[in-house]
Amino acid sequence: MDDLKAIVEALVFVSESPVKIEQIAEALDLEKPKVSAVLLELCREYEGNDRGFELQRVAGGYQFRTRARHAEWVRRLSRAKPFRFSRAAMETLAIIAYRQPVTRADIEYLRGVDSGGVLKTLLDKRLVRILGKKDIPGRPMIYGTSRGFLELFGLNDLSGLPTLKEFDQLSLDLPLSEVAADGNQTP
Amino acid sequence: MSYDIKIDNFEGPLDLLLHLIRKNEMDIYNIPIAEITVQYLATIDTMQSLNLDVAGEFLLMAATLLHIKSRLLLPQPEEEYIEEDEEDPRAELVRRLLEYQKYQAAARELDERELLGRELFARTFPSPELGEQEEDEFVAVGLYDLVEAMRALLRQRPQAAYHEVTFEQLSVSERINQILTQLADRERLTFGELFGESPSRHEVVVSFLAMLELVKLRMARLLQEARFGTIWLYPAVAESPADFELDEEALGYG
Repeated sequence: MDDLKAIVEALVFVSESPVKIEQIAEALDLEKPKVSAVLLELCREYEGNDRGFELQRVAGGYQFRTRARHAEWVRRLSRAKPFRFSRAAMETLAIIAYRQPVTRADIEYLRGVDSGGVLKTLLDKRLVRILGKKDIPGRPMIYGTSRGFLELFGLNDLSGLPTLKEFDQLSLDLPLSEVAADGNQTP
Repeated sequence: MSYDIKIDNFEGPLDLLLHLIRKNEMDIYNIPIAEITVQYLATIDTMQSLNLDVAGEFLLMAATLLHIKSRLLLPQPEEEYIEEDEEDPRAELVRRLLEYQKYQAAARELDERELLGRELFARTFPSPELGEQEEDEFVAVGLYDLVEAMRALLRQRPQAAYHEVTFEQLSVSERINQILTQLADRERLTFGELFGESPSRHEVVVSFLAMLELVKLRMARLLQEARFGTIWLYPAVAESPADFELDEEALGYG
């Protein structure tokens, strides 16, 4: 396998979801460290060259992705508008991501509002999954984030989540939507 | 006094309280409860006058605020009676507010990331059905996939029956035996095949329960070709059916 790098590149290219080192190693009958070294080399090459995409490490695998600075051009082709999550969805997702495994009651206590609808949407979008049932009276479902969550947010694993900031004071930078709301308030 | 805030923009009572505290530059560890309660109630009043549906949670928080206020108004017990763990009535609320703020900040940070399909794009693969997959690439079917499949089935299948003459109730154990016979003839069955053509709602439910029982008894396995793929039922290498008491009562459907 003289052109091992090209072969590995091809395998990543044809993979629908981030392809894992183990999958490539098995397909090529190679040792994992060997594959890992080739992938890292490819990553570096794409990073250095000024190409339209780069090789990224997400959800425990590797995937070619375009660069953020080209987002607008890509969207022009697909005529897609950038999607936006509601604040309720983001808050719920953040709580699940950082506190998993959590029950719906945990989420609702933290947010102070009913979160059943948001939770269902997140399940439908496969960003959140049911991990099982908690061994307490009522056996409530417990939830956690899915592989799709890692892929969407470009995380390799949960340890890549930004560290939670602890507050002992009120933070003065307002949530985005409140800033927006203050902009068009009526006198 | 008017409150120039956008009313329907609050995620909930905690969000509203944080807004009021920030706006008035109050000290979170020494919230003037009387003042904040007045403003909170005024906001809810405005919501109601605009015919906005004020969720129960907002009212619950109003009650909590009033309760805290009344506790603060009570005369302090004489010094010798003060218990050591007597907490400021506002303490739990403050803890919740700070905790909520923590996740609000985390949510914002997540939202500012470069998201797949928003800032970053990967290739899309239009026809994953092409190409036969090996069996060992199958993944176990999750509970949620199963529920979705069942829902889809119930949505599409049952139609009104016009010639309902006889009414034969199929039992779960009968259905289990039928499925086992089917599986013995064929190597595997798709989820859809399990239910035959135009089954009644009763048949759908009984077949679904029979399938779940088979999986629970480890006599069949549910596998899926990748996510969103067809769900297949495979016979599992298990003890022969004769080893099990397959009567309705034992299964709990008596």
